[in-house]
Amino acid sequence: MPLLWLFLLILAIAAGAFVIARMRVMAMSGQDRRSLHSLPNYYGSNAAMKSAIPALLVLVVWLIAQPFYVNTVVSGMIPDDAIAQSSSRGLVLAEVRRAADGMDLAIATGNMTEDEARNTDADVADVTERLSTAGAIITSELTQPILRAAQQFRVLNSTGYQIMTIVVLLIAIAGGAWAVRETQPKFRARNVVEQGVRVLLIAAASIAILTTLGIVLSLVFNTIEFFRLYPAADFFFGTSWAPSFSGRGGASDLGILPLLWGTFYISIVALIVAVPVGLFSAIYLSEYASPKVRAFAKPMLEVLAGIPTIVYGLFALLTVGPLLVSVFGDDGLGWMQAGTAVMTAGLVMGIMLIPFVSSLSDDIINAVPQAMRDGSYGLGATQSETIRQVVLPAALPGIVGAILLAASRAIGETMIVVLGAGAAARLSLNPFDAMTTVTAKIVSQLTGDSDFASPEALVAFALGMTLFVITLGLNIFALYIVRKYREQYE
Amino acid sequence: MTDVKIKAKDVQVYYGDTHAIKDVSVEIENNTVTAFIGPSGCGKSTFLRCLNRMNDTIDICRVQGDIRIDGEDIYDKRVDPVQLRAKVGMVFQKPNPFPKSIYDNIAYGPRIHGMARNKAELDDIVERALRRGAIWDEVKDRLQAPGTGLSGGQQQRLCIARAVATEPEVLLMDEPCSALDPIATAQVEELIDELRQNYAVVIVTHSMQQAARVSQKTAFFHLGNLVEYDDTSKIFTNPEDSRTESYITGRIG
Repeated sequence: MPLLWLFLLILAIAAGAFVIARMRVMAMSGQDRRSLHSLPNYYGSNAAMKSAIPALLVLVVWLIAQPFYVNTVVSGMIPDDAIAQSSSRGLVLAEVRRAADGMDLAIATGNMTEDEARNTDADVADVTERLSTAGAIITSELTQPILRAAQQFRVLNSTGYQIMTIVVLLIAIAGGAWAVRETQPKFRARNVVEQGVRVLLIAAASIAILTTLGIVLSLVFNTIEFFRLYPAADFFFGTSWAPSFSGRGGASDLGILPLLWGTFYISIVALIVAVPVGLFSAIYLSEYASPKVRAFAKPMLEVLAGIPTIVYGLFALLTVGPLLVSVFGDDGLGWMQAGTAVMTAGLVMGIMLIPFVSSLSDDIINAVPQAMRDGSYGLGATQSETIRQVVLPAALPGIVGAILLAASRAIGETMIVVLGAGAAARLSLNPFDAMTTVTAKIVSQLTGDSDFASPEALVAFALGMTLFVITLGLNIFALYIVRKYREQYE
Repeated sequence: MTDVKIKAKDVQVYYGDTHAIKDVSVEIENNTVTAFIGPSGCGKSTFLRCLNRMNDTIDICRVQGDIRIDGEDIYDKRVDPVQLRAKVGMVFQKPNPFPKSIYDNIAYGPRIHGMARNKAELDDIVERALRRGAIWDEVKDRLQAPGTGLSGGQQQRLCIARAVATEPEVLLMDEPCSALDPIATAQVEELIDELRQNYAVVIVTHSMQQAARVSQKTAFFHLGNLVEYDDTSKIFTNPEDSRTESYITGRIG
């Protein structure tokens, strides 16, 4: 039975339980809802909840656990000598899965019957032939052990799914029946449903938190793995970034310093662009602009925030880069060799960050009490004096927080760097040189076809971890400052 | 002693479509405390804010009529509202010290208007203002402490000192004691009486006892109209208008 049908069936059972419980309690109360503890729908919801949720939970756990079990069993069936040299058990298992999928396909297209697929004495060559006519992707000739394993794989899976269907449906019915049985006018269904809602909300929150935890843990374990292969001191203090991929031979230099320098240089250029422009536009919008202008200009500015970064990257590569070259390149001042440079990426990234800085600062400036401004105007200060000497100092902690948040965005930005700043890891002071950042290098380390167990690939996790720690620190610092500021006026 | 400082004639104020002040004419005398009383929403604060053009900062507010300070029309095109506000100081309902040190709070106005030639002169101005605000003895040892760290009554006296530091000629006070306890109120009232020596003081208050205690002239506002304007003693003992009598005896408002 397909999964969707099973899912719909569970829902149908739950709906049935809802209706039965509701009818039962109404009948017991003599159709008088005033004598019930809860509204009739709560009794129904209680029954629906108790029939659907345990069944769905078991379904999910089963779907996760079954592949593990089947893999272990099938993997035990493959003799060691069936694993070719330079290959691994994992690859053979993948082959087994492909063969099993192929058989499913062959049955679906009519090239094979279910009995033939299960026939343990089947001729290997014949099966291979039938699979390829069915269009299945089989990389090599099937061998006897693989065919046997694939057949076993299919049998285990299909019986597993059959048992699962029965078990899940039984749980749904049993849960529903239990809930219907406990349905009585005195039963506090409303409180039970309230508990159920609470658990649902907790579950949603836990998924988000557990995912974060999972990401961090995967980073940590892979980083530890990397430091086992590559000395940590060389990674953190190395001034040269020269990974060698398997073809070229030789050892790699994996020093993070050139990448960190590129990251910070580009981020600083971006902030030098974004902070004044963003801050001034926030001041204009919140203090000077008439409501009409504000209603028009603020959304326009925030459109900038909606542009995908890859589009900014194109803008950097095709517009800003050539423009800068025409001024600072060999025809002009001669400082710039090519369009890809720190300056190009920094300028475009700064533009990207403007709405970020301006909309956060705008909120913060608006949060400064009107009484402050009145006090200043009442003393005969002009608008700009008031802003410079009263509003901005009062809003400063919040604005610093906004800038730090923008900085952590800049540090994490990838596409603009890939397209605008080039790929050369370099320690240089010239902002017209091509440089690269941590994020861009993570992309290039993982998109090659290098072995995932090599330090050249694992370094991506160490880079990611470093970046994560830096941006996390910045974010925490920023939030701390923003929060401290918020307390002042509450 | 009774020369007219502010002369308002047929003042109308609109907030959008609402007609908030109707035909108000009043003459405010120098070296006198003038109290504006009346029920909430009667327009007394709005009228007060017309006198230093604070209503200019509210987009939907329109002011018509003629308001003259020392015979000069303050709504004339040539008058700079910023200069006007330096001449007509204002203290607000809620103490609103800037998030700066006590010293910088006081020095704010004098610095903006370039009133001191050097640091020593500025120090003098700050000390004089704090003494006039009757708060010098309490803060003289911690001038660099933040102004927001003072108690409510101290903050309000700090704000009054801040307003007098720019040497205004008129001091407008919008319910300056409504956020203060009785002791702080008494201190501020005493201060208002002293300030009368140098300024024309206009105070908006909800407390009729306060109006009777501190003011020499009282104006009673009701629903945007100036109902009665006379000597305080007369208003509180022998009002001419029945509405005034109803209000001061507590029957309306």
